[in-house]
Amino acid sequence: MHNKSVAQLIAGLRAKHFSSVELTRCFLDRIGSLDPQLNSFISVTEDTALAAAAAADQRLADGTAAELTGVPIAHKDIFCTQGIRTSCGSRMLDNFVPPYDATLIKRFDELGAITLGKTNMDEFAMGSSNENSYYGPVRNPWNTDLVPGGSSGGSAAAVAALLAPAATGTDTGGSIRQPAAFCGITGLKPTYGRVSRLGMVAFASSLDQAGPMAHTAEDCALLLNAMAGHDPLDSTSSPEPTQDYTAQLDNKLDGLRIGLPSEYFGDGLDAATGERIDAALQQLEAQGATLVEVSLPNSQLTIPTYYVIAPAEASTNLSRFDGVRYGHRCTDPVDLHDLYTRTRGEGFGDEVKRRILVGTYALSAGYYDAYYKKAQQVRRLIQQDFMRCFEQVDVIAGPTTPGPAFSLGAKSDDPVAMYLEDVYTLAVNLAGLPGMSVPAGFVDDKPVGLQLIGQHFDEARLLNVAHQYQQVSDWHLRQPAAMTGGAA
Amino acid sequence: MQWETVIGLEVHLQLATVSKIFSGSATTFGAEPNTQASAVDLAMPGMLPVLNEQAVHFAVLFGLGIGAEIGMRSVFDRKNYFYPDLPKGYQISQFQHPIVGTGTFEIQLEDGSTRDIGITRAHLEEDAGKSLHEDFHGQTGIDLNRAGTPLLEIVSEPDLRSAAEAVAYLKAMHSLVTYLGISDGNMAEGSMRCDINISLRPVGTETLGTRAEIKNVNSFRFVEKAIHHEFARQADILEDGGKIVQETRLYDADKDETRSMRSKEVANDYRYFPEPDLLPIVIEDDYVEALRQQLPELPVQKRHRFVEQYALGNYDANVLASSRELADYFEAVVAGCGDAKIAANWVQGDLLGQLNRSELSLGASPVSAEALAGLITRILDNSISGKIAKQVFEAMWQGEGSADEVIAARGLQQVSDSGELESMVDEVIAGSAAQVEQYLAADEGKRKKLVGYFVGQVMKLSKGQANPKMVNELLAKKLS
Repeated sequence: MHNKSVAQLIAGLRAKHFSSVELTRCFLDRIGSLDPQLNSFISVTEDTALAAAAAADQRLADGTAAELTGVPIAHKDIFCTQGIRTSCGSRMLDNFVPPYDATLIKRFDELGAITLGKTNMDEFAMGSSNENSYYGPVRNPWNTDLVPGGSSGGSAAAVAALLAPAATGTDTGGSIRQPAAFCGITGLKPTYGRVSRLGMVAFASSLDQAGPMAHTAEDCALLLNAMAGHDPLDSTSSPEPTQDYTAQLDNKLDGLRIGLPSEYFGDGLDAATGERIDAALQQLEAQGATLVEVSLPNSQLTIPTYYVIAPAEASTNLSRFDGVRYGHRCTDPVDLHDLYTRTRGEGFGDEVKRRILVGTYALSAGYYDAYYKKAQQVRRLIQQDFMRCFEQVDVIAGPTTPGPAFSLGAKSDDPVAMYLEDVYTLAVNLAGLPGMSVPAGFVDDKPVGLQLIGQHFDEARLLNVAHQYQQVSDWHLRQPAAMTGGAA
Repeated sequence: MQWETVIGLEVHLQLATVSKIFSGSATTFGAEPNTQASAVDLAMPGMLPVLNEQAVHFAVLFGLGIGAEIGMRSVFDRKNYFYPDLPKGYQISQFQHPIVGTGTFEIQLEDGSTRDIGITRAHLEEDAGKSLHEDFHGQTGIDLNRAGTPLLEIVSEPDLRSAAEAVAYLKAMHSLVTYLGISDGNMAEGSMRCDINISLRPVGTETLGTRAEIKNVNSFRFVEKAIHHEFARQADILEDGGKIVQETRLYDADKDETRSMRSKEVANDYRYFPEPDLLPIVIEDDYVEALRQQLPELPVQKRHRFVEQYALGNYDANVLASSRELADYFEAVVAGCGDAKIAANWVQGDLLGQLNRSELSLGASPVSAEALAGLITRILDNSISGKIAKQVFEAMWQGEGSADEVIAARGLQQVSDSGELESMVDEVIAGSAAQVEQYLAADEGKRKKLVGYFVGQVMKLSKGQANPKMVNELLAKKLS
């Protein structure tokens, strides 16, 4: 059961090949036996999962099942879950049990999905290796010496290790796509505003977007169907109508124009990774697509732009964690200043502090124009680069990351080297576009991801391209040898 | 040296919306602490603001009320600072693109003269909560009921020149916003609070002096006192050759003084930047036009109309137009009795006096406009004298019925029967031989004064009910 796709699980549950309780038990057992090696979960909600599974079986028997009734999934620990600790990977929220559900959680609940638990992540979603978690690093199921990527590293590792058939993630600068690439799974960051941010702990409000992580593009489409839609309680959520994201999966690729930005295939790209990407592109060409060279001339400004805007927004989004109303509070503060400085000093990890400092600096009087305002101007230029490309092509493709997963600790003392990991993914967030990472092979037994970038609200086309590629490739079906055993 | 005071005011006006500006919590004053604070107001993780359209509606009405430019695309910004009663660690406000731009505002002073005061801008923002320092044994309690209450911050140009002008401005502002129905204007409950920017310069010069800002003054009287105090403080410094420090000061009503806030509290860099959780407010022309159609007659317009239509003085017109309720009452009295002058005197004098003494609002007045008009009608048709009318009004106030009922029940009908009056006049003349002799010996001018004695005696004899006009005529005849 554990190696089936979400689509297959839905069919199996309806055909009564197995019950939701059996299925849920299977994944819980796998988590119990395999996760100690990976640390991909912060909380496992065994009791509520089994109770929900029993209720789901009843609904399946009654014929009142909804789209995802009985299907277990895992949620990144950034989504608030009523009655279930939501830590965001931080000591600051280690004791925080929300009295409400995020809109995304509500939607999955309403559609009958079973929550297996909350997955590990970089603290407040800040990181590209999952080494910044208060709950310890997550390890890559393909090789536990490697990082799984971040910040949705727990979700990526859990899906790759078949501890959950699918998971939710969030992506502010690549946090779905980069770990999906490192762990050999399929991940989609939707258009900004496509999925509600209500109840998702904010990192950078103008960049954050939730999305699905699964084995196949088809599963991502099924999950996106559950997640997407306008939320009147999120003013930045889009009123643009949703669609059935599975409807175009089977479209052929004849006539599809794929843009290859020269900037994404330059010096920074690992040669072997580049070869895997080229092979995948040739495959798409063989399926009827046309490859067109394009240019994103402001690409070299992406990292500095992102590392002004994201920390600036984060620095104020994180001001609410002050020890006054919830979360960590230092013991016996002597006065207000002491309460603030010790609470925040103890509650936040180094990378979070680093970004708060950078962001505060960028917004300060005398620096605002040179940093934040300038970054917003450059952000528009970056958006315009994409808009010009989309006059010529339907989707843009390239590598998700400059190279495959690296070893734990390899970059943890060098923030700038770590930031370079996101060089190909950040611009998509700055432009608010949908982006995907699709398994495209291996380099030295480490997975490589192909990134697909679409026009605003063109998720269905990205999923179509990925699905067609997955009809003629099997990279997404490969499983890490160490994880295929266990209880199953 | 003669100093000129230069004052600009920032008014923080609580808008009378049912719910908060960015959440669905109620805004009722005086609820138990933290019973009107939702997850949004508490800034729980992942919570997001949603703009209350009513606040936009009210802000645009205000803009139209002062003839200001409406910001057709206004933007919310985050104003960042840490304080325990500011749950998010930032206040959502408007910085670069406010919803209301420049406008002007006519105020009237005590002497009836008017001045135009420039309005720089008005912007929407959320209020903070309250820190409670008592009852917590050295700790601080936080009440977030007020957090997220919509405020309109109205910033004036430094056009005011005295405490009296500042108070006139605030009264006129109070009048405008209650006319518009956008705020209850209740200063005691903090619905209208005021920061005062004040500087001095030698009379006849143009350059602005260095200003001090006095924070959070919440009554007309305190505004006046704070300005007087601050004027004296700055004048002392300047006359001793000192320099004014630009700073924020607090007015302490108990000690009647202003004092400097610690520099740490004021040296904030608020790190304003556009609020990424909210879209810009884009207002369509149709929306503004629809609101323009809804605008009521405003205090200034009403005041001008009262002067023209009813031939009232500027001062009377200003008092009567100061609230919509009072103006409506006055006009109902006029409609019922037909005499605006007498109506104005009665409304401003007896009615407002009684309301003040009884601490009642106009809405709770035991004497309705129609009833007061009925009383005035009886004065005008000579059924009662003005003096008797005061008695009747008292009785009406006590609930003894309409003017006619009181007059009938108490037998206060004016005596206009010439036979009855003649016999009373004769009786007084017969009993006042000395005064009659004095009267007859006096010249025309003195006689006019002396006749008052005889009138008074007749009125006394009639218990005030004699028709004074007829008594005068009879006396003139009998004493000639």
